[in-house]
Amino acid sequence: MSSSSMRVQARRSNAGERAIFHAKKNRSIGDWAILVLLCVGGLLMLFPFIVLLLNAFKTAADYQSSGPLRLPHALSTAGLMKFWSRVNFPQKVWNSVWISALVAIFGVVLSMFNSFALGIGRVRGRRWIILLIMLANMMPQEALLYPLYIMFKGINLYNSPWAIVIIFTVIQSAFGTYLLSSVYGTFPKAILEAAAIDGASRWRIFKDIVFPISRPTLSVMLVFFFIWTWNEYMIPMAFLVDNATQTVPIAISSLSGDRLMDVTTTAAASLISLVPTIIFYLIFQRTLSRGITTGAVK
Amino acid sequence: MVRLRSREESRIPGSPSSRFWPYLIPGFLMLLWIIIIPAVWNIYLSFTSYRGIKPPRWVGLENWERLMKDATFWVSFRNSIWMIVAMVVIPILLGLLLSSLIFDVVQKKFGAATASTMRAVYYFPQLLPISIASLVMGWIFRPENGALNALLKAVGLGKLQHNWLGAPDTALVFLMIIMIWIQLGYPLVIFMSGLQRVDPELYEAASLDGANWWQRFLVITLPAIKPEIFVVALTCTIAALKVFGPVYMLTKGGPGTSTIVPSYYSYTQFFQTQQVGYGAAIATALTLVVIVVSIVFTSVQQKVEREDEE
Repeated sequence: MSSSSMRVQARRSNAGERAIFHAKKNRSIGDWAILVLLCVGGLLMLFPFIVLLLNAFKTAADYQSSGPLRLPHALSTAGLMKFWSRVNFPQKVWNSVWISALVAIFGVVLSMFNSFALGIGRVRGRRWIILLIMLANMMPQEALLYPLYIMFKGINLYNSPWAIVIIFTVIQSAFGTYLLSSVYGTFPKAILEAAAIDGASRWRIFKDIVFPISRPTLSVMLVFFFIWTWNEYMIPMAFLVDNATQTVPIAISSLSGDRLMDVTTTAAASLISLVPTIIFYLIFQRTLSRGITTGAVK
Repeated sequence: MVRLRSREESRIPGSPSSRFWPYLIPGFLMLLWIIIIPAVWNIYLSFTSYRGIKPPRWVGLENWERLMKDATFWVSFRNSIWMIVAMVVIPILLGLLLSSLIFDVVQKKFGAATASTMRAVYYFPQLLPISIASLVMGWIFRPENGALNALLKAVGLGKLQHNWLGAPDTALVFLMIIMIWIQLGYPLVIFMSGLQRVDPELYEAASLDGANWWQRFLVITLPAIKPEIFVVALTCTIAALKVFGPVYMLTKGGPGTSTIVPSYYSYTQFFQTQQVGYGAAIATALTLVVIVVSIVFTSVQQKVEREDEE
């Protein structure tokens, strides 16, 4: 049954490519105007990044004399080196990578379990259950800090990255459950029926049919969870007090209070901290384009 | 084939809904530990006087009465509305426009590579950790040697130089601009992924029938990505009500209370003035607002989905 849905998709994309091929030839002035407008908007979006780039490789003296908008007189990596050694950057990146990766994986798995029961199992009171799960998303994080601090201290996980993994698995899976259960609500019924006629158990349907077919949605969630966890600020700041366990954003924000750090060092630090996320995005951007609900072939 | 669907039936024929409960157990236990117990704890704290050292002392409704009369609290919620404008309304409208332009015009006329580059560019601020985004933006808008003031000076508009995030007349507006910049990529990417689902032949057919871009947008694009619009609107509204990081790092709620938001206000009570009970009351009130908004949202969503099914 999945081969037939694949054929449907293949036929569609062929038709789409043909349409694109034909349309490409006649670009109107309006089309060019739209492209130019979008490019101007894009430049505005990137402006802060350009400013970072201009200043990250300046010396502090150069910045003082020429201001933030001029090209650097000479390329200097002094700011970069200063930051790199001061905060032990590779260690921070490693902390961020494994924390975010584990949260992404656990969060997706947990969302799948929840959504299977809610979207496909249609258990009673599912709307209220989804709302209850969404509480993880709705609670302001500062409200969680005191109780979580006391609980994690009690089990000796305070100042442990595992606390962050556990907390954010729950928080991210709330959004995941909300999204995925509505996607599973439109999961092609024909496929489920065919599986049931073949005598597949619920667990087998979950593992061998629902999981592979919804993989495009799951990978989008994986990417989102990774980036969101990578960027989290308040709870990691409160929980990871030890320098050796801190994540990249915490290391960066500690700079703004540091009087020894000048503007160019901060710019260099911000720039280098973006590199891992940008690499991650470039690897996975194809995933994003494949779509969040493509699993559901209607 | 007309068949009445019983409420107890799952989407797998022959599997009653009740047999799916075990799949919810791991999620429920985790939720209980990380969210529900702390939430109840927080509600309890809101009825106590607690300064973090001596054990909490029950004071009944004292914190809540103080809250109702607290002008700063109400100002913080008024600012929340501005945050919703900046983080939900404007990004969704712009995101709809941009995603359909990129999908319907750029992708067709200039190729998929151009389209995905565009998407990446607009998504870029979403990749930045809030701490970095705030650091960079704070530096662009700062009064001495900030990039915006330097730019104004360079083009001969030096008179317009301003302490953009530090002056009461512009702080909120510039915080909003920063939030739009941060948020825009999120609806854009989600809407574009929703559009992949639309059959391109539909657009082709509509174009052949003489439908212009705007008509195609209203008739094909908008209905197709309705589910995505709901998801984005709800998650962004929640994020806007809870917004903390940028305020904490850029303005600290100031100058005065001009950019204070509930989350930041409760944070100051929790960790700066050590009035944990009062902080808990603010946080609980905020949670309640978020819950009510979410319930209203999902009710509307369900109603719309049901209408679509019919």
